[in-house]
Amino acid sequence: MTRLIAGPFNRVEGDLEIRLDVEDGRVAAAYVNSPLFRGFEQILVGKAPADALVYVPRICGICSVSQSIAAAAALANAQGLTPPENGAHLQNIVLATENIADHLTHFYLFFMPDFAREIYASEPWAEASARFRAMGGDAQREFLPARAAFLRIMGLLAGHWPHTLGLQPGGTTRAIGRAEQTRLLGHIAGLRRFLEATFYGDALEAVAALDSVEVLDAWGAEGHGDFRAFLAFSRATGLEALGPGPGLCLSFGAYPLNGGHAFAHGVWQGGAVGPFREEDIAEDHARAWMVRAAEGPRPPSRGITLPDADAADGYSWCKAPRLGGRVAETGAFARQLVDSQPLVTALAARTGSNARNRVIARAVEVARLVLLLERWAMAIRPEEPFCVTAPTPDEARGTGMIEAARGSLGHWLDIRKGRIFNYQIIAPTTWNFSPRDGGGQPGACEAALVGAPVRAGETTPIAVQHIVRSFDPCMVCTVH
Amino acid sequence: MPRDVPPNFPPSASDKRARLTLFWLQSGGCGGCSMSLLNADSPDLFAALDVGRIDVLAHPSLGEASGEDYHALVGRILSGQQPLDILCVEGAILRGPSGTGSFHLQPGTGKPVMHLAAELASLARHVVAIGSCSAYGGISAAGDNVTEACGLAFDGAEPGGVLGTAFRSRSGLPPINIAGCPTHPGWIVETLVQLGHGTLGASDLDAYGRPRFYADHLVHHGCTRNEFYEYKASAKEPGQLGCLMEHLGCIGTQVHGDCNMRAWNGEGSCIRGGYPCIGCTEPTFGERDAPYLETPKRGGIPVGLPTDMPKAWFVALASLAKAATPERLRKNALAERIAVPPGKASGKPK
Repeated sequence: MTRLIAGPFNRVEGDLEIRLDVEDGRVAAAYVNSPLFRGFEQILVGKAPADALVYVPRICGICSVSQSIAAAAALANAQGLTPPENGAHLQNIVLATENIADHLTHFYLFFMPDFAREIYASEPWAEASARFRAMGGDAQREFLPARAAFLRIMGLLAGHWPHTLGLQPGGTTRAIGRAEQTRLLGHIAGLRRFLEATFYGDALEAVAALDSVEVLDAWGAEGHGDFRAFLAFSRATGLEALGPGPGLCLSFGAYPLNGGHAFAHGVWQGGAVGPFREEDIAEDHARAWMVRAAEGPRPPSRGITLPDADAADGYSWCKAPRLGGRVAETGAFARQLVDSQPLVTALAARTGSNARNRVIARAVEVARLVLLLERWAMAIRPEEPFCVTAPTPDEARGTGMIEAARGSLGHWLDIRKGRIFNYQIIAPTTWNFSPRDGGGQPGACEAALVGAPVRAGETTPIAVQHIVRSFDPCMVCTVH
Repeated sequence: MPRDVPPNFPPSASDKRARLTLFWLQSGGCGGCSMSLLNADSPDLFAALDVGRIDVLAHPSLGEASGEDYHALVGRILSGQQPLDILCVEGAILRGPSGTGSFHLQPGTGKPVMHLAAELASLARHVVAIGSCSAYGGISAAGDNVTEACGLAFDGAEPGGVLGTAFRSRSGLPPINIAGCPTHPGWIVETLVQLGHGTLGASDLDAYGRPRFYADHLVHHGCTRNEFYEYKASAKEPGQLGCLMEHLGCIGTQVHGDCNMRAWNGEGSCIRGGYPCIGCTEPTFGERDAPYLETPKRGGIPVGLPTDMPKAWFVALASLAKAATPERLRKNALAERIAVPPGKASGKPK
């Protein structure tokens, strides 16, 4: 057996190190370490509850709006407040814009450049993949201006991105009129044009309508576009065989509106979607550098986050959240699966969650989201309110459970004497990149890496990198 | 008289020596300044790097190298084999627990990033702190500062930080602090291009190391709520159109930055987004005595007034302005959208 220390992983958000035990050219065991601790849960203690909206977006630069929306939801829950329809629409539009930006940033900046690396230089498709070269390949040079153009939605609705204070418990602070609505529709139209011309090489509606593996294969075989290039490269590199998920997929439900969600909440396992129960969540600290509660894993509403660099058997600053004691995967694949999107459901039935299917699910989600953006933008009624307010009780609890680009994000808030007494956060990557728990169960990524091929001489194996990046981890969220 | 043109400006296309190398180190932060950098749109990031003649050796979101390739690059820089012109550090320096730096270890080597940052800084021609965390500690140092976070050359407003007060990079400059949370992409690329052209000197930085091209302005400059400010017609709830200073915590009249003169993401700014300036470019950002969306007052008068205006004059002018507030502004200040439009204009001065 050989032991490798893989990392740093560039093109993931934040710091990541993985210890790999290698046997017979394959990973036999993996230990995922987040080697950075940031301490936001301590920073928040004693603050005015509303100030959470200043601090939590700064947990993460790439999912800052998601953190804001979760905090706003937790505060709204504590205040018993519901945003007016305009406010809810704009919150959803801002969140969806971040979600789309994150998926496309993952695709163009983080994931695809691996196909343009030296290790694949002699492959017959290397000429095609050169377009995706890191640090200024043609695809990146086309993508960045398109990204900046559609993120003007953030300038318009949220002041800027990342880090906005415009997302409040009772809605949004920028009421827009018909002129702003027109600009919003224009930015969405620009995004649609980029996606159809460059990313998909097809209409959004056609992508959203893909409903089976056979239809996807036929669609991928003809035509152009960067997503089709991904399908070809992933076939050539066998991505489908890499990085199997735990078979339990979680979504808190995304984009609340009129008492429901645009993407459903629930838990998928064994081919069926069942209900999600908040009380099934508990955080295990057995292998984290964290102070451990005597009674074992605690639910996040009573959670504690106190660092202990000397905690016995610890190997990560990340905790291990579990759902009914089991490891769950979260992210676009889980979200679309729980929503019973036909193509992702078919992929799950055929090959399950894996490195290829996670990327496909993001592409499907982007198409669906832009169609929703168009509808939500049209539904704004400028003459109606965008924001309502209510006093924050001196004693209250609040829960904000939302979906970020990378999956299920929960904020648990406990207000006492008018101040934050406890604030606990479980980020999506905390689920996917958790260390082992007290029962020895590896986290989702740790298990996904087992069996990954290791070529002679590799210390940060290319297959390991594909698998890690397929989850699109956000380590800074994880170690808040 | 020929004007004093820096030796490498404009850089010739064939002169490879004129190109600068850049290494971007991710320290203890959220990565938001990198995400903001990618928003650069006039010019966009790659165009700006072309103009500044800058070659990026490593960047966490853009770089190709991982693992052994990354370690080899760092090794070449530390041995002097690879010259380093610009070191960008994003995120606070985490010195905890107990000064060990082990709250942030470099993946793959287990070396505290605190030490790596200092070693790289000693070799770099220019050192640039990207964002308020790497400049001063920022939000990372808030609360009880459990991670012992600080900036490169400041710990909050106190000079020092991890590099110390005497630190100068090989160019002779102190660390350049592109403060902001996040920092504006234009502030980064305009600083980098000026470094690339050799046109940024010590006199171009303010007392907190910020480039004066944006820090010599106040957030108040170009504020779209200026008429409400003039008449002290103030909003009382988030989302209302009035001035945010009197009740909602805005400190834009004191905070350095050209946020309302240049747009964020095309047309935004905090205030245009409907929420107050919270002072994210200042060295003390991260902690405040009162909640952010409330204006602390003494005797009904906001505590934080413009820094260079006699308080008595401000109070006198404010009460005069309040007495003179047109009904239009009084009503619009408390509305989400314009309730009373301006009256007819004659079209010529009266």
